[in-house]
Amino acid sequence: MIKALFFYLFAILSVSSAAMVIIARNPVHAVLFLILTFFNAAGLFILLGAEFLAMLLIIVYVGAVAVLFLFVVMMLDVDFAELKAGFIKNAPVGALIGGVVLLELAALFLVYGFDVGVGGNVQTAMPSTGSGIDNTTALGRVIYTKYVYFFQAAGLVLLVAMIGAIVLTLRHKEGVKRQSVAEQVARSPKTAIEVVEVAPGNAVLPSTEGPK
Amino acid sequence: MFLETGNIWLDYAIWLGIHILASAVVMVVLLLIIAFLLLMDRKVWAAVQMRKGPNVVGPFGLLQSFADLLKFVFKEPVIPAGADKAVFLLAPVATATLALTAWVVIPLDENSWGRWVISDLNVGILYLLAISSLGVYGIIMGGWASNSKYPFMGSLRSAAQMVSYEVSIGLVIITVLLCAGSLNLTEIVNAQRQGIGSSVGLPNSLLDWYWLPLLPMFVVFFISALAETNRPPFDLPEAESELVAGFMVEYSSTPYLLFMLGEYVAIVTMCALTTILFLGGWLPPLDIAPFNWIPGIFWFILKIVAVFFMFAMVKAMVPRYRYDQLMRLGWKVFLPLSLLMVVVVAGVLQYGGLV
Repeated sequence: MIKALFFYLFAILSVSSAAMVIIARNPVHAVLFLILTFFNAAGLFILLGAEFLAMLLIIVYVGAVAVLFLFVVMMLDVDFAELKAGFIKNAPVGALIGGVVLLELAALFLVYGFDVGVGGNVQTAMPSTGSGIDNTTALGRVIYTKYVYFFQAAGLVLLVAMIGAIVLTLRHKEGVKRQSVAEQVARSPKTAIEVVEVAPGNAVLPSTEGPK
Repeated sequence: MFLETGNIWLDYAIWLGIHILASAVVMVVLLLIIAFLLLMDRKVWAAVQMRKGPNVVGPFGLLQSFADLLKFVFKEPVIPAGADKAVFLLAPVATATLALTAWVVIPLDENSWGRWVISDLNVGILYLLAISSLGVYGIIMGGWASNSKYPFMGSLRSAAQMVSYEVSIGLVIITVLLCAGSLNLTEIVNAQRQGIGSSVGLPNSLLDWYWLPLLPMFVVFFISALAETNRPPFDLPEAESELVAGFMVEYSSTPYLLFMLGEYVAIVTMCALTTILFLGGWLPPLDIAPFNWIPGIFWFILKIVAVFFMFAMVKAMVPRYRYDQLMRLGWKVFLPLSLLMVVVVAGVLQYGGLV
């Protein structure tokens, strides 16, 4: 009963904040609503008994990905007039795709009603793992045994994406001074200081090389 | 555990009431302790610089934090004309609320009454990691909503800094989890009853705690905790010499107070996390007569204060890092080191016959 109440709370909030993501005029507000959507999705995961996934959703998506979204969106100089022109230009394509998805959903609903796919097993979407095993342990046992190749493949895909991003952006500019800690630590008075005797009335110009 | 009346709404009301009461007690005690820790911070800082520190309000300046509180509350909150008002006010509230939320899962003690924790989550450590990674939002939102250059620069810096150091904190936590074999904070503390100390004839002593076998990770965690909470020497988001006060430039009165409060609660949370992960939580340093008479919660608070003292000393002694040095430390030193340690610890546990 109380679970159902919380389900409707999270569900309503997540659907309405997802709607606000596309309605909000200010892109920063849109990203903030997106974060609220993630939060409510995490709440739904907890109701399903998948607390590990809920925490990962918050750590990965809210704690890292959405921060970078916000980072980028904040630095954009958004021109609303241009944005609107783009919207009207692309509206027919968007309407077509949206219409197709809506038709598919309606067809599914007409055939299956509310029991789509899971056949009324919504309560056991996260199957009970038996005596005293929490779902972190259960996930670990499956991921590192049965699905270990998929897990490794997913890791490799991410690694390739990361290397790609670094290769695309890494540039070594000429003439940029870089700090070398080892070189700094290795300095001694002998290599760093030059003692010059200056006779009265004479001037000594510093050597152009400078102390190393 | 609780009264069962048969009526689910009444049961739920009783359960809710007990938890609200427990949360209120934890929050009030925590805020009182923080008021005095703030004073301690300033006194330690003063002592290192051979000053007296605040000593006017109350005996030895003990009431200084409360005087500051009243001063902030009674000032006028100024909201800049170009600011995004809703986000501007949401930012400090989010910072303070999120920082306080972390204390839901911090276990304070375990004795014959049960576990002294509001919510005994079995993913407690992940919850803490999630909450501490959300701390960055208060800063980003505050910096952006101020609609001014210095706060914006401060918030951009802090976003990059906190995301970078979370990576090494996460890996350090993984090494501890590998040793403890649980994500539950109470069980992580209880796993520290046996260890090196037990094998050399000092069972349940301070040599059993994870600071000794995981010493390099303890150091990495301590430094990353400083960076994660924007404490000096990593307080670049508010570097006053270049950014005036960073993301807090436009804040005044109660919103500013909430930012400060959130920051200090986050610092104390990190001290508590260090205590739980590496310093044996509420366990006494030696399991002999005068030490194990003292209730665990006093040991817990004592250890938090000791770690906080280290935070204060670092603030007093170490000069601020330059931004590129900060990034170098996070990505080129801590990340490889903690990644290597995850592999080494896992290898030792698997092939050293310690699992």
